[in-house]
Amino acid sequence: MAQPATSISARLPEALKDAGIAAFISLALFVFIVGIRTLDDPGVLLLEPRPWLLAGAVGSVFIGRLILNLFFWSGTEAEDALTSALAPVGRAFGRISPWLTPALVAFAVLLPFMPFTDRYILDVSIMVMTYIMLGWGLNVVVGLAGLLDLGYVAFYAVGAYSYALIATHFGLSFWVSLPLAGLLAGLWGIILGFPVLRLRGDYLAIVTLAFGEMIRIVLINWYSLTNGPDGISRIPRPTFFGLELTRRGDPSFHEFFGIPYSPLNRIIYLFYIILALALLTNFVTSRLRRLPLGRAWEALREDEIACRSLGINTRNTKLTAFAIGAMFGGFAGSFFATRQGFISPESFTFIESAIILAIVVLGGMGSQIGVVIAAIVMIGGFELFRELEQYRMLMFGLAMVIIMIWRPRGLITSREPSVYLKEKKAVSGDLVQEGKG
Amino acid sequence: MEYFVQQLINGLTLGAIYGLIAIGYTMVYGIIGMINFAHGDIFMVSAFIALIMFVALLSIGLTFVPLALVIVLLVTMAFTAVWGWTLERVAYRPLRESFRLAPLITAIGMSIVLQNFVQIAQGARVKPLQPLITGGFEVMEHDGFVVNLSYMQILIIALTVALMWVFTLIINRTSLGRSQRACEQDRVMAALSGVNVDRTISLTFVMGASLAAVAGVMYLLYYGVIDFYIGFIAGIKAFTAAVLGGIGSLPGAMLGGMIIGLIEVFWSAYFTIEYKDVAAFSMLALVLIFLPSGLLGRPEVEKV
Repeated sequence: MAQPATSISARLPEALKDAGIAAFISLALFVFIVGIRTLDDPGVLLLEPRPWLLAGAVGSVFIGRLILNLFFWSGTEAEDALTSALAPVGRAFGRISPWLTPALVAFAVLLPFMPFTDRYILDVSIMVMTYIMLGWGLNVVVGLAGLLDLGYVAFYAVGAYSYALIATHFGLSFWVSLPLAGLLAGLWGIILGFPVLRLRGDYLAIVTLAFGEMIRIVLINWYSLTNGPDGISRIPRPTFFGLELTRRGDPSFHEFFGIPYSPLNRIIYLFYIILALALLTNFVTSRLRRLPLGRAWEALREDEIACRSLGINTRNTKLTAFAIGAMFGGFAGSFFATRQGFISPESFTFIESAIILAIVVLGGMGSQIGVVIAAIVMIGGFELFRELEQYRMLMFGLAMVIIMIWRPRGLITSREPSVYLKEKKAVSGDLVQEGKG
Repeated sequence: MEYFVQQLINGLTLGAIYGLIAIGYTMVYGIIGMINFAHGDIFMVSAFIALIMFVALLSIGLTFVPLALVIVLLVTMAFTAVWGWTLERVAYRPLRESFRLAPLITAIGMSIVLQNFVQIAQGARVKPLQPLITGGFEVMEHDGFVVNLSYMQILIIALTVALMWVFTLIINRTSLGRSQRACEQDRVMAALSGVNVDRTISLTFVMGASLAAVAGVMYLLYYGVIDFYIGFIAGIKAFTAAVLGGIGSLPGAMLGGMIIGLIEVFWSAYFTIEYKDVAAFSMLALVLIFLPSGLLGRPEVEKV
């Protein structure tokens, strides 16, 4: 709004009118779905009117909209105040950002030995790290190569099932199976990538989504191999150079090192495995970005036609992006399988793909640290609402919408250039093209 | 032969429902170039509104089915249209000039929100509705196998054809349709020539949502059970239909819906029912690889 901010009392009539309209619309939205509940009675449905709940919902929309109108959307003044209040934060962030990454890594390494760390925090951290790793893996495909992949969970599933099947049928250990699972997932990346080479943007998104669903349907129905919806259980745990992290392992970790047995040892070990895998993903991608291949990816994201006319082999470039992204997804999948000890097709639904993609986009496409922040905010936030079991998926969806509207470019909008002469200059995210595919 | 005819009828009925949802995808994609991921969930919300309306009407003693059906259709269309309008206003309009992935993420977010909202408000259990429209014709009989064309199937197909006709007229003959086609070609130019772009886009969402509402009512009556999750898979299939038929094309969406419906039904009838979705999705992949602009779509001109 361009006009100068006026006093609250002058804005009141306008705000009241606007809030009234919003309340009226919400009445229309909620009158059936919230206002009346269907009750199951054997044979027939009964209706139970809930006028107070409806009134509460409509009333809160009215009040919320009124408060937003009066105090937050009140023109330039408040916005300026907010911007100027945030500016030092941004500057401070800019100043600490060179140290932010090492600090985060150091924190992650020391986390298991922090005084406040308990089993729960470790479990949540392992989950967050898994999503960070998946986010970094998908970042290769979406953030760097600009190929919109909505079926990333397929490779996660391939990795998980590969490890589970190899380990349970052939008895190979985690460390032998891990590269195999990664290779298989990468191979699937190529197999699924090949038919969609010519597709762009949203078409690519919908076909990859379809592939993701197809793999899940096959996993459910190929009973003789995957055990169908029952899933695969008793997946072996990883060993530490052949030492088992169980109470009665042979040989067992705690006896070998002469420390008392604690079930936490295994969790800490898992935490370090996923930390190492995630850092490996990050290291490999940030190295790849500097290679001709990585630069070809980013060029492909910006303009495919220009790429082709410069003699870049777009087919191979796209396929390597799919394969490498899929391989990291496969690693993460193997880790998921060994951590859970049990996998079933239920863990690999579309919603997982959506969450991973949301982490990449919310973090700021192509930004490695952005993925970390988005994963901590989204997955950590999801965990905070553990008590509100019913509501947390709703909150998760709302958070996705609100963060996106607030920061369409993601949380971290500036880009570190991959290649630079003498001096690094941050590039604004607005200059980075979206993934046109 | 009789079995084939019966499956053909079933397939066309299912295809009509997919087609109605697909029109919503194709219109929105045509005009603002985004996948309205939450459209399938709008369809799901409409089925719930229709369920509640039916039960309410029956409980106040309105048992004359045709009248009840008309009332439910109109009310559901109106209220679902409000959902469609709100969806666009809240989640897509703020991001219209933003980069491509942003509205896709809010669309996925809204889809999660709608599913969980309905799950919380109405419960996760499957909701049944007693069959209201029963009976039908025996089309043919051979060796004891009777081919049935139920009144419900006639209603679905007839209503779909009628709505297609009305909406084709709206798009081709009215000023609203003209503005929609103008926005589809060039939004800035349309705005410069005096088309209210915001209003046109809102109305597109309203139209798409009300067609999804018709599909929701039909789905509820045809299958008799709904839950909060029906929107997701129906949405993907309908989007597949829209892409198959050529995005942006109304007859294409209908054709695509019919093809997807037929593939699904025939695959379940003659092969394995478990893999019917795989068959539909493979069809999508094949069509996109060999015919990227769909069956009836215009080939996209690549601008350099």
